[in-house]
Amino acid sequence: MKTFYKKFAEKFIEGLLMLSGTVTSLTVVLIVFFLFKEGVGVFNQKPVEDGYVIAVNKNNPLDKVVSEDIKNIYDQKITHWNEVGGNPDSIILFRLEDISNYYSDEAIGENFEGLAGCISRLTDSLPGIIAFFPEKYLDKNFKGKVLDVDKISLSEFFMGEEWFPTAQPSAQLGVMPLILGTLWVSLGAILLALPLGLAASIYMSEIANDRVRSIMKPLIELLAGIPSVVYGFFGLVIIVPLIQETFNLPVGETGLAGSIVLGIMALPTIITISEDAMRNTPRAMKEASLALGASKWQTIYKVVVPYSISGITAGAILGIGRAIGETMAVLMVTGNAAVIPHSILEPVRTIPATIAAELGEAPAGGLHYKALFALGCILFLITLFINLSVEFVTGRKKHNKH
Amino acid sequence: MKLPDEHKLAKRKKRDQAIAFWIFRILSYAIIAILFTILSFIIYKGASAISWDFITKMPEEGMTKGGIYPAIIGTLCLVCGSMVFAFPIGVLAAIYMNEYVKDGIIKKIIKQMTNNLAGIPSIVFGLFGMSLFVNKLGFGDSILAGSLTLGLLALPVVIRTTEEALKAVDNTFRHASLALGASKWETTSKVVLPIAFPNIITGLILSIGRVSGETAPILFTVAAYFLPKLPASIFDQAMALPYHLYVISTSGTNIEESRPIAYGTALVLIIIVLIANLLANGLRKYFGRKVKMN
Repeated sequence: MKTFYKKFAEKFIEGLLMLSGTVTSLTVVLIVFFLFKEGVGVFNQKPVEDGYVIAVNKNNPLDKVVSEDIKNIYDQKITHWNEVGGNPDSIILFRLEDISNYYSDEAIGENFEGLAGCISRLTDSLPGIIAFFPEKYLDKNFKGKVLDVDKISLSEFFMGEEWFPTAQPSAQLGVMPLILGTLWVSLGAILLALPLGLAASIYMSEIANDRVRSIMKPLIELLAGIPSVVYGFFGLVIIVPLIQETFNLPVGETGLAGSIVLGIMALPTIITISEDAMRNTPRAMKEASLALGASKWQTIYKVVVPYSISGITAGAILGIGRAIGETMAVLMVTGNAAVIPHSILEPVRTIPATIAAELGEAPAGGLHYKALFALGCILFLITLFINLSVEFVTGRKKHNKH
Repeated sequence: MKLPDEHKLAKRKKRDQAIAFWIFRILSYAIIAILFTILSFIIYKGASAISWDFITKMPEEGMTKGGIYPAIIGTLCLVCGSMVFAFPIGVLAAIYMNEYVKDGIIKKIIKQMTNNLAGIPSIVFGLFGMSLFVNKLGFGDSILAGSLTLGLLALPVVIRTTEEALKAVDNTFRHASLALGASKWETTSKVVLPIAFPNIITGLILSIGRVSGETAPILFTVAAYFLPKLPASIFDQAMALPYHLYVISTSGTNIEESRPIAYGTALVLIIIVLIANLLANGLRKYFGRKVKMN
């Protein structure tokens, strides 16, 4: 009886352990599911807010418009219908609040009961009109024509150069400036961090004595432990004003500030991983080189660095990964302008910073909300790609060994 | 034909090495200098802001005066909550990975998934926590939702450190225990875990340091902008130190006037991280020596 109980307990514990073992996998699956469920929804939705319609005069030959045209029309960059393939009439913009310019309060009615009819008549009388109003004011016998707006397309989303998720009447969801901003800042960060990090890892693994190393190692760990929001704060009060003064800029919140802060943050990752790789160089190889009369420095750059190049690459890739995914520090120092950057001295906005800055204001389930989740999907895919390429780089090394 | 002067070559070799080594040394010291610049700046500016009142009083007058007591308590709640969730699961998962499962496809998958989870940016955890815990499960913005999100984030860290601690236990201990007729779980719980315990605790302390400074995952799952009272239950919103620092340094109504508070908050965060790191290193050294001596 006792052995039975014991055996049962063993099995039960093993089951419990297995269950815990699956939690991480389950979490990854759940993250993918939730991100993509919301994110893919972007492509099923029209850029015009739910419950609103866009209508034109019934003689207007247009049947559908794309989001970009709507924005340009309402920004008055397009002023004539023939620019988007219609008659040569000039465009008359109409928003709901403009109704009082055309009709008196009596015609509209105290509780807006006459409003639908007014809009209908107005659309009928003005050939160049484009009207944007809530669907509930769409008259049953509407005399105009409701325009069909295209759903957001993949190319519009990825190639679009404007990110105005809350623009009325039509949201602009081009993620190009955000992707470019992210890559821009991360590239700058790695250009700063890689030489420094490599130097430090060579110094720690090959040159410094044990005592210096035992002091430096915990300090590098400490550098990794400082919260990103503290880095952001430091960047905000020190680096940003410094850049503003040095380059004589109107604002110091620039891509360069982001790159510097991210570069510092990526250092520990690069140092720990490439130092590990260098210390794994077989002693026999180093000693053979030294025995042939090579100096210590020649041994380092002819033997140690080539041998550990895959580890160094892995460190660099993971450093980039850290920079791409970093949120708070970037949010605080880059100025967050969603435009395609032309120089490192301009404000930029990265994907994580966009999510952090805008999710709080996006109503759950709306287009903006879904677009931010789609950004999360992009971020997730980038980091997955980075993980896999690290796997690939380090895996190839193992293969070479045999 | 004249051979190159051997003496000259040797001299050049020596000179090259000296130059290269000095460059590396200077660059390495530059990194340490950066670290000390950040630390000393925050400590210098923050020290004047910190007082007993600062850490025990409520914020006042639009957060330009008063203390950060609720933020400290909020962070404490979040750290405890996330560890209550992540520590047991992480340790059990690591035991399963290291002691139970055999090399093969399952181990590979779990390992890969854990690595992937560790690589996911913290803001994506925030998105996930918001859509699952806050919206889908209906916890709302609460300590519970924030703790679970942070717990998931800390899980790979706990698993990795625990696994390393278990791997450091010599196999002879396991074999001796099994040879005496102990079962697998008896061996694990009575032999392996006690030896690995100090290193596991070190991992726990380091993940506490990490969790207490995370901002992005709590932005949309728990953090309150200004809440001059303490959370009454795990379903309440709470302030938190890193979020507080973010808010008062970027979007407060009176950024200049609240700067001292910001420096103080940054210093409190730095102190937490410093203590966690010192404690972890101290433990590592202390127990490392003890095992060696036996």
